[in-house]
Amino acid sequence: MTSRLKAALAATATAALLAACATTGATAAKPAPAGATKTMPAGLDPAARPDPFPSTYAALPSRPTAIRGATVLTATGQQIENGVVVFAEGKIVAVGGPETVIPEGMTIIDGRGKWITPGVIDAHSHLGVYPSPGVSSRSDGNEMTDPVTANVWAEHSIWPQDPGFNRARAGGVTTLQILPGSANLFGGRSVTVRNVPSVTMQGMKFPGAPYGLKMACGENPKRVYGGKGRSPATAMGNVAGYRKAWIDAAEYGRKWDDYRAKIAKGDKADPPKRDLGLDTLVGVLKGEILVQNHCYRADEMAVMIDIAKEFGYRISMFHHASEAYKIGPLLAKEGICFATWADWQGFKMESYDGIEANAAIAYRAGACTVIHSDDETITQRLNQEAAIAMAAGNRIGLAITPAEAIAWITLNPARAMGIDGQTGSLVAGKRADVVIWSADPFSVYAQAEKVFVDGALVYDRRDPRYQPKSDFELGQPGEGAFHP
Amino acid sequence: MKSPLIAPLALLAATWLAAAPAAAETVAIVNARLETAAAAGTIPSGAIVLKDGKIIAVGAGVTAPAGARVIDARGGVVTPGLIAASTNLSVSEVSAVRETQDDGSGRLTAGFDVSYGVNPDSTMIPLARQSGVTRGVVTPELTRGGAGHKDDSGADDFAGGGGGAAAEPGMFAGQAAIISLAAGDTDPVEKARVAVGLDLGEAGARNAGGSRGAALVLVRAAFEDARAFARNRAAYDRGATREFGLSRVDLEALIPVVEGRTPLLIRVHKASDIRQALRLAREEKVKIILEGAEEGWRVAGELAAAGVPVIVDSQADLPSAFEALGSRLDNAARLQAAGVTVAIMGARDFNNLRQARFNAGLAVANGLPREAAMATLTSNVAKIWGMTGVGSLVVGQTADVVLWTGDPLETSTWPVAVFIGGVEQPQSSRAFELRDRYATPSTTGYPPAYR
Repeated sequence: MTSRLKAALAATATAALLAACATTGATAAKPAPAGATKTMPAGLDPAARPDPFPSTYAALPSRPTAIRGATVLTATGQQIENGVVVFAEGKIVAVGGPETVIPEGMTIIDGRGKWITPGVIDAHSHLGVYPSPGVSSRSDGNEMTDPVTANVWAEHSIWPQDPGFNRARAGGVTTLQILPGSANLFGGRSVTVRNVPSVTMQGMKFPGAPYGLKMACGENPKRVYGGKGRSPATAMGNVAGYRKAWIDAAEYGRKWDDYRAKIAKGDKADPPKRDLGLDTLVGVLKGEILVQNHCYRADEMAVMIDIAKEFGYRISMFHHASEAYKIGPLLAKEGICFATWADWQGFKMESYDGIEANAAIAYRAGACTVIHSDDETITQRLNQEAAIAMAAGNRIGLAITPAEAIAWITLNPARAMGIDGQTGSLVAGKRADVVIWSADPFSVYAQAEKVFVDGALVYDRRDPRYQPKSDFELGQPGEGAFHP
Repeated sequence: MKSPLIAPLALLAATWLAAAPAAAETVAIVNARLETAAAAGTIPSGAIVLKDGKIIAVGAGVTAPAGARVIDARGGVVTPGLIAASTNLSVSEVSAVRETQDDGSGRLTAGFDVSYGVNPDSTMIPLARQSGVTRGVVTPELTRGGAGHKDDSGADDFAGGGGGAAAEPGMFAGQAAIISLAAGDTDPVEKARVAVGLDLGEAGARNAGGSRGAALVLVRAAFEDARAFARNRAAYDRGATREFGLSRVDLEALIPVVEGRTPLLIRVHKASDIRQALRLAREEKVKIILEGAEEGWRVAGELAAAGVPVIVDSQADLPSAFEALGSRLDNAARLQAAGVTVAIMGARDFNNLRQARFNAGLAVANGLPREAAMATLTSNVAKIWGMTGVGSLVVGQTADVVLWTGDPLETSTWPVAVFIGGVEQPQSSRAFELRDRYATPSTTGYPPAYR
């Protein structure tokens, strides 16, 4: 990771966080501009309640805890032997070597022989929107009715009882970005959730996390709509579709700006009709919503980068990115993260050039590297997916260490999701999202033994009291099936 | 077509091609940890000698014979070549490109023969060798039903694809084949028609028009027709038999099944459906192999008592369907403990065969004994599929041997040498060529296409 990239990402993340923080919180809805509130309900003005489905997440009860004697991967490049991790009141208090002072009154966990990492972050998940069991009545991930559905929000499709959340937690996953599918050029808003059991979606929402916008390159949109005799039917149709939408968004944003300027001057003005889809696109143009762009091929990623420049927005991350290894330096220069699997490839033409060393090669070229799942099974073992990707690099002498590769599933996805100020690494002051592993997490034999979210124990492989079950699983033959 | 165990033929094929890998030579791999997948278990340090395509010595006290090429394993691990227990390798190149898909039964049912479509030039074969896979069982799917391919865009994107099925598609997926992954082998099919595929459970119900009861009645009726056909071929040819539900080629393919010579490969998941499969086998006197069997642990004792082997994906732990509500990560361990012969597969898909060895590692993390795990990838697969002479490191066996950098179930290892029939296989693959083209920046000013 270059320092320039770090700076660029940090700046964006901070801006996005500020933007999001300024408008979130159940009681802190920003007042609409004078003159607007009197004449229309909040739902008609995109600025009145930018967070209409606010997070109700509250950390679960926790005890001040210190883990000592473990090997600690901080995700900031350090591997600490015989390390100590201390957290209290939901935040990390200290991380260091055996000399680290443990305050009085801590619950002490013996970490000898164990490994500690930040909570795993899956930057590409469809849990909740494509839940288990996979039946058509719960298939809520793709609004395949129009190539531009920036108006839909993945959070409105999430079924919080998806047993997949529990399985992912048992694999150390503490935060997920839930995305709409990739049938559309603009698939809708993603949402970032804390991986805690909740009756409502709002109870999982990551407070202050910026929204993402799912965009999709390539074969899916043109197959889905071309197959219906509609545009896009070709790659060039895809690009025309993106550009048209950004033109529409710019015009829409200008109408609202003009309206607000007139109201501010005391002039009379009719508010524009609110458009949920264009609201989201305008959010991207303002830097408040992060673009999460499904895109496999190197050449298509390069085109998407030019579109972003043409309309003045930033791509936060390319997802899948099977050909990132062909354009590592470009991704590094542009400060765009890429998320991929270890080696899932060949399932369609745009993934035909996928290789195991994809992540490792682009990483060594300086690109912000993320290993994602896009899959309810892989999400349970992102540590091993990263391990396979790391081994493929090491096979050709790239000498990637666990201390580096752990960031692929923790700090780097946090950056791409705009939450790296809050989680993703073991640094004092951050949320205490922590996993204790039975062994080196890059080993096939490693298991997450204890998982903490905001300092609260949310999963314990050895203690049935901390093995939550979905409502769906009660009374079923597989109840609690992922426990020993 | 050749028998799996006529190694001289394989050797001949390899030597005959100038561009093929070096012919079988005498090779000694010394200073290795030997995971034999046989009675000898794991030998912490020893050597193995390959000669004339066979294993001629293996053990702790073995030394390299004079004239042998000696490979110092430096503590690396030697295992039998892995055998993909059920795969579409060589009959599927790009899942979403219909023209490269030859694993679907098309207009046929039991009569479909996957072996005719095996593509020795598939770029996925060298890739699979780099996962240590030396042989594979290529299994068919019923074109109308089946699970379809995992897609990155959401489960429904390929919905409505289907197509190509006959008016009466029947229930059977067609006939499987065993292939060798040897480079330069122009006819990789070792044995065709080794099993007939059948989906039960939800897919079977769907194939039968909607319910399990219809599926099992259709299957039993097809067996009855096959028996009647076998007894009355002449009458059939005269048009003097009653009407049969299947075509002549489909009935022909079922004859060895109803005669108990060829197994049915049944894809089935739920405990009650597994019990129906066991009952079907018992009452119809057919041999069966189960694939999937996510709820196998619930009927492990019955499976063991019936001597029915299973092929499992040990990652399956989600209630992914109503027929898989009991999926558990320790399914393989529980089945093995109950005495069931277990094979572990990766994804069926050609492009994820590497997952099989990691799945075996995962099964170990969830209770499967380590030596048993190696057998699930090698000797058990051979046993299930009736492949004699491969699958373990035993003197006299075909020299399908892999040398690994370390524990082959670990994420951090890779094969450093792969032998098939005693012939060391090339390390190249399309994926490696792509990798090497881009692994380092070009310094010539020319685009990567010149590298």
